[in-house]
Amino acid sequence: MRTDLLTDPVDGLDEALAAVDAFDRVLVAGLLRPQPAQAAGLAALAHFVAGTPLASLVPEAADKAAAGAAGEDHLVALAAARTALMGSVHDALTDRVADVTGRPRAERSTRDTPADAPGANVLAAARAWLCDLARAGWQGIDHELVAGAGPVVSAMLPDPRLRRQATLLDGFAAELAASCPGATLEHVPVRRWADLWTRALLLTLPGAARTPAADTVTGRLLPLGVDVQEHATAVQAQVHAVLEPSDGSAPRLVRAAVSAPKPDTVVGAGLWQLLRPRMSLLGAVGEGRAVELDAMPVTAEGDLVWDDERARTGEFADPFATARVILSTATDPETAPLDRHPVGIAVPVLVEGYTAEREDDGPLTFTVAGHRLAVDTARVPAASPLSPETVAASGACLGLLRWDAGEFVLQPLAVETTVRKKTVAVHAGAWAGGTTDKVGARAEKAATDSVAVLRERAGKLLRK
Amino acid sequence: MELADGRLQGVVSSGSDIGRVYVSSIAAESYAFACSTNNNRPCGGARGTFCNHIRALVGEAVLQYGAERVARYLKAETPGGEPDAEALVSVMTGTRPEQGDASAAAPVFSRFLRHLAYLELEPTTAPLPEMQWFPATRTAA
Repeated sequence: MRTDLLTDPVDGLDEALAAVDAFDRVLVAGLLRPQPAQAAGLAALAHFVAGTPLASLVPEAADKAAAGAAGEDHLVALAAARTALMGSVHDALTDRVADVTGRPRAERSTRDTPADAPGANVLAAARAWLCDLARAGWQGIDHELVAGAGPVVSAMLPDPRLRRQATLLDGFAAELAASCPGATLEHVPVRRWADLWTRALLLTLPGAARTPAADTVTGRLLPLGVDVQEHATAVQAQVHAVLEPSDGSAPRLVRAAVSAPKPDTVVGAGLWQLLRPRMSLLGAVGEGRAVELDAMPVTAEGDLVWDDERARTGEFADPFATARVILSTATDPETAPLDRHPVGIAVPVLVEGYTAEREDDGPLTFTVAGHRLAVDTARVPAASPLSPETVAASGACLGLLRWDAGEFVLQPLAVETTVRKKTVAVHAGAWAGGTTDKVGARAEKAATDSVAVLRERAGKLLRK
Repeated sequence: MELADGRLQGVVSSGSDIGRVYVSSIAAESYAFACSTNNNRPCGGARGTFCNHIRALVGEAVLQYGAERVARYLKAETPGGEPDAEALVSVMTGTRPEQGDASAAAPVFSRFLRHLAYLELEPTTAPLPEMQWFPATRTAA
């Protein structure tokens, strides 16, 4: 791994992000009565996409928005321009990551599948709500406006094809609700809310959220680790793994995700319990085993669409052995065009031979061959034996390379440490399939009890 | 349960009737409290001082958010050392707080019901790329 390249500046990055920031500041005050400074921000965005296919649409949209007369189509055009800019940032960063890891990139499969555009009405309602948000601005949000997302989310959630949109809107609206009223808000997460708004708006367009599983794969799946993402009312566990195809073709990096909406009181070990029954892979990961796949559906982006019927738990497979032997030869998947955003960068890497440093309560850093790499221990899930202290005492780390707040950071998935002269591995997802660990088992019991109570209440209260 | 709108508020199960729940809240600073059932009947215990539901709410909040965060949000200073649920309740009741307004109970309860219904939705295995914006955190949010 060429860690020296991680801190080298990326050409054009600052300029692209400056244009994004200029647009993002426009959304703070909203587009109802735009001020001259906002017009300048809109113009900066339009200027940046001048040489692209968006060149005719965006300047017109910027003019209309600056005049306080932006319709839905204009706001969508602005969101598209911002997405294109973030896409270019994503591409520059993934090129850099490829130089760092030295791994080959998978070829993009361009197979076309029939368009499927479910929920046109509810998506139109979502779009209308998002446009109202942009007009009000983050400083203009109140409970009444934010609550408008509720019925939209409730209508979307039962349809699994609309889960992406529903889950994003639900998390976004909850965050906005917690910050109401916007007029008294001291600190606005400007970039973050603009990110969420932009993606949510584009996902209301027909076909934008399409991730068809056009192919299938057969072979041996060697898990590397589990990454957990959650907001108050949703959770997703994503297993990163290397697939060795049985047809002898090159090994490739793939992911397998399972997600569920949840009440906000289900946390910690309760998250594993919610997801476990839907994906046998979590059990296999917990036990440190490989999985044999037979014609498992996979998307062009390397996401397995898991089906327990097509998987059989196999032999023990040490993720660190996988990382040392096969990871460097595995191909990295491509990202779907609309999903290109720096937040999506999560590339499995193995880091060894570092010295861990921590200044008092400051962030942990690894120094690898003279170069510092920040370590993000906060992303490890709550129900996990992998503590920041364990990471700080480790000698090898299997993690995800991410890009956050202007720098590359390493999210640990597992580490190797030495206990009484023996090397032991500690995994963030060790409790995914259940645990016999004393602390873990207590957490499991508490979570089981609280979900049982909730289900009982749900039975009584929802069917009255 | 949540720290929102200048209140600690949440839904607490009835001790006697499993079909009944209480919506309980304590306002920050004034500690004005309210407790009513899901059918909007006032709680019998919440007259003059905190009822058991409100006490249970404080206990749960301390478990989920940590005593310090709850104390900071409610602006309740406990004398000496680390605050705990018992100390918080005694500091707040010591100021003889007034009975608050229960009008916020309806939206809290309807949100609770909406999220309760989430338990009946099926997990899916199609990827949700947008969840990358919502990382897990070791410390409760």
